[in-house]
Amino acid sequence: MIQLTIDGTKIVAQPGKNLLQVCLENDVYVPHLCHMEGMEDPPASCRLCLVEIEGVNGTVASCRIAPRDGMVVTTQSQAVRQLQRSALQLLLSAHRVDCRNCASNKRCALQQMAKFLKVPLKVKHLDHLLDETDYQLNHPVLEYDPGKCVLCGKCIYVCTRQQAHPVLTFARRGFETVIGFMGSTPPSELPCLDCLACSAICPVSAIYPKKPEAASSHSPGPADQRLNGVGKQ
Amino acid sequence: MNLHLEKSPQERFAALLEKAGECAAPEQRDTIPRIYIGMATCGLAAGAAETKAAFEEVLAEQHIEADIIPVGCLGHCYAEPLVVIENPGFPAIAYHQVTPGKAKVLVKSFLVEGDPLFEYVLAAMEENDLIPTVADFPRFNLEQRIVMRHCGVIDPTDINQYLVKGGYASLARALSLPPEEIIRMVAEAGLRGRGGAGFPTGRKWELAKADPGTEKTVICNADEGDPGAYMDRTLLESDPHQLLEGLAICAYCVGAAKAVVYVRAEYPLAVETITTAIDQARDANLLGRSILGTSFDLEVTVFQGSGAFVCGEETALIQSVEGKRGMPQHRPPYPVQHGLWDQPTVINNVKTLSTIPTIIEHGSQWFRSVGAQTSPGTAIFSVVGKVIHPGLVEIPMGTTLGTLIFNICGGVPKQKQFKAVQIGGPSGGCLPESFLDTPVDFDSLTQAGAMMGSGGMVVMDEESCMVNVARYFLEFTQNESCGKCTFCRLGTRHLLNILDRITKGQGKESDLDVLDSLARDIQRGSLCGLGKTAPNPVLTSLNYFRSEYQAHISEKRCPAMMCRTLTAFYIDPDKCARGCEVCVGCCPVEAIFTAKGRKKAIDQSLCVKCGECMVSCPPEYDAVKKVSPAELAPIVERPES
Ligand SMILES: Cc1cc2nc3c(=O)[nH]c(=O)nc-3n(C[C@H](O)[C@H](O)[C@H](O)COP(=O)(O)O)c2cc1C
Ligand code: SF4
Ligand code: SF4
Repeated sequence: MIQLTIDGTKIVAQPGKNLLQVCLENDVYVPHLCHMEGMEDPPASCRLCLVEIEGVNGTVASCRIAPRDGMVVTTQSQAVRQLQRSALQLLLSAHRVDCRNCASNKRCALQQMAKFLKVPLKVKHLDHLLDETDYQLNHPVLEYDPGKCVLCGKCIYVCTRQQAHPVLTFARRGFETVIGFMGSTPPSELPCLDCLACSAICPVSAIYPKKPEAASSHSPGPADQRLNGVGKQ
Repeated sequence: MNLHLEKSPQERFAALLEKAGECAAPEQRDTIPRIYIGMATCGLAAGAAETKAAFEEVLAEQHIEADIIPVGCLGHCYAEPLVVIENPGFPAIAYHQVTPGKAKVLVKSFLVEGDPLFEYVLAAMEENDLIPTVADFPRFNLEQRIVMRHCGVIDPTDINQYLVKGGYASLARALSLPPEEIIRMVAEAGLRGRGGAGFPTGRKWELAKADPGTEKTVICNADEGDPGAYMDRTLLESDPHQLLEGLAICAYCVGAAKAVVYVRAEYPLAVETITTAIDQARDANLLGRSILGTSFDLEVTVFQGSGAFVCGEETALIQSVEGKRGMPQHRPPYPVQHGLWDQPTVINNVKTLSTIPTIIEHGSQWFRSVGAQTSPGTAIFSVVGKVIHPGLVEIPMGTTLGTLIFNICGGVPKQKQFKAVQIGGPSGGCLPESFLDTPVDFDSLTQAGAMMGSGGMVVMDEESCMVNVARYFLEFTQNESCGKCTFCRLGTRHLLNILDRITKGQGKESDLDVLDSLARDIQRGSLCGLGKTAPNPVLTSLNYFRSEYQAHISEKRCPAMMCRTLTAFYIDPDKCARGCEVCVGCCPVEAIFTAKGRKKAIDQSLCVKCGECMVSCPPEYDAVKKVSPAELAPIVERPES
């Protein structure tokens, strides 16, 4: 057992969990987007789960910290909040905010964090950077909206965990990064309609099944039951 | 096996050296001239191959026996193609800008008639009574060549030339010492990594050696993605064996049997030279199995990177070697513990490894005596931009920026004013004149807001707009962001957009605060060094040249008159010569027309601001004026025709 202090409270943690998990399990909310339970090497790419640790310079991504005995952690310092707000505002500045027409409305990760961090959904001081490309995923049964995607990578992660031959990957680079489809499998052999793990896990409904008439003749399977516990968080 | 161990590595090396001496420089050949031609990428770009062909042709024509020796690069880019001629009876003389025509004249006059043609001479390479020597020029004598000591002097494709210069003796010596002792030497020398961050090399090796992993690898980082930098390429092309010797010593110290030289594929000559060098060293038993008869094996391979800037970052580089997308990974774990294929991996820069042989040769005390207290040794910079003698310079750490720019590189040409120097490549910082006293070392540069980085240095004069300069570098880093993390992917895009707007006269008062706070967030929040350093040009220029930003925003004025939207050209009717038509013909868009009194005028609605008219207007009239803000240009109506 590991004893550590988080925001002034002594907490006992089991070894094998990262600091973000320990915080969340002890009701200390730390905003996060790309982390999922069970990940071996969390990508630490969303830059939201930042915390400060006594004796360590600057802020660190808590998903990559193994708790140590005697560790003193602050999750709500001004420096932490400044960076979290800034990261969230950057994400919002490139996100088509259209909550009323969005399937994720009320359960959206961005809304939740915005509320917690007291950040308005419309970012005033930054230009709106909507990706104007008419990028198409070209997937037979999935639709993808780059103007909504926050590039958390969860869809890729569940696809990789779920399928022997994963079909999702990051494509392009830099500002143009999108989710891509490794489209060598013939559509009829795609497991997607029976799986849909990506669409279930997406925090902002950026990837979702095509409307039945647009998709192939498959009938949608009981997607949610097939998640096998992957990505419960 | 026992047979192998009978001779010590040093005895085996002595035998090797004797053979090399016979092949490399037979004494009796001192009677014929030797012509050394710089044939690295820079020399070739300047036409060295044609120069070499011209020498060959005229030597054959004149039936003159002479040795032509292709060598690497001396680092004097302004003088390429650079040729050194050793004519018996004369000191060795360096000639600059040797075109094929000059080559033919040189053979006839110098080799046949004994006239060294003073007008073509750069300098003599050694003391003499005839010609000033290189030691008389600051561009040579303020430099201290340690890592580059053989560059442009030996034939990089001939291992024997390196051997007779004392090469591989440090490896032979190292192999007869315990690894701990060599690591201690490197640590005591205070060598810091030349790849940018300045991490203590001895410490890195110690960590790798201590790791229980069994499949360790050493990687030489020759990605060199910084657009203005080419010192690693030069070292690979000019003295590849020195690097291999350092690499082998490192592998021996940490217990690695595999090494990779990671070179970008855009460096074909470097790839070829290092590949040849590896083969030669293997044939000479200096690499490969049972090196110099010991139980130390080292297999060196070359990996050609696809050339993304971010692949120079060590964790991305490892991903790339493993065949994955070159995306940086969170550290820790650091590569020394979990590197290539999850095994302990030492990653060192070309210059770091190339410094090792001299440290073993002369000792750590000697190394510490060169350079600055906390950054011993030399630094290699590629100095480009507004200087008279651009090129590669190797200076002791601690030399001031002023000495480097003004004394060594000759200062700013055309009597223009120095304005700023960008140090550390695209993610370095822009420092103004008040920083010319800053010593060049890891800590002083970082403190000033710049960094050692890759060693790229761009000197700018009064005609450079600092907002535009920041925009230019940001454009590069923004483009090279891998896109993995939020701050770098989106933050750099916003910075670039704002800078772009400001240079177009569409800046807002609030932009400066947004730039400043966003830049700091990107610095603190990004995952890897690219994002952490990308805001440096913005932050330093905002800090040191804030008034230029303000002029762009509030007055729509570009003080350097560089931003096109904010400048305009007009023709001063009092100076314009009646009837002269020079500018009319050179304007690409026919914006110049004849106004009242047969004077010329510019139609501002057509002008694309190329400045051709200003260049073409004869100096005795000097009638074309450039102004900023653009509305200062008087509007002249085109007469109805
Ligand atoms: C964006 C980025 C690009 C880099 N590019 C290079 C490079 O081209 N060459 C290099 O040696 N190091 C580069 N580095 C530094 C490496 O990550 C690493 O620190 C270095 O190779 C270690 O070698 P050293 O200890 O000898 O300096 C880069 C770092 C970053 C963040
Ligand atoms: S599609 Fe959804 S799950 Fe996939 S990366 Fe984008 S936001 Fe994350
Ligand atoms: S800082 Fe930039 S280059 Fe580095 S991981 Fe993040 S997005 Fe990629």
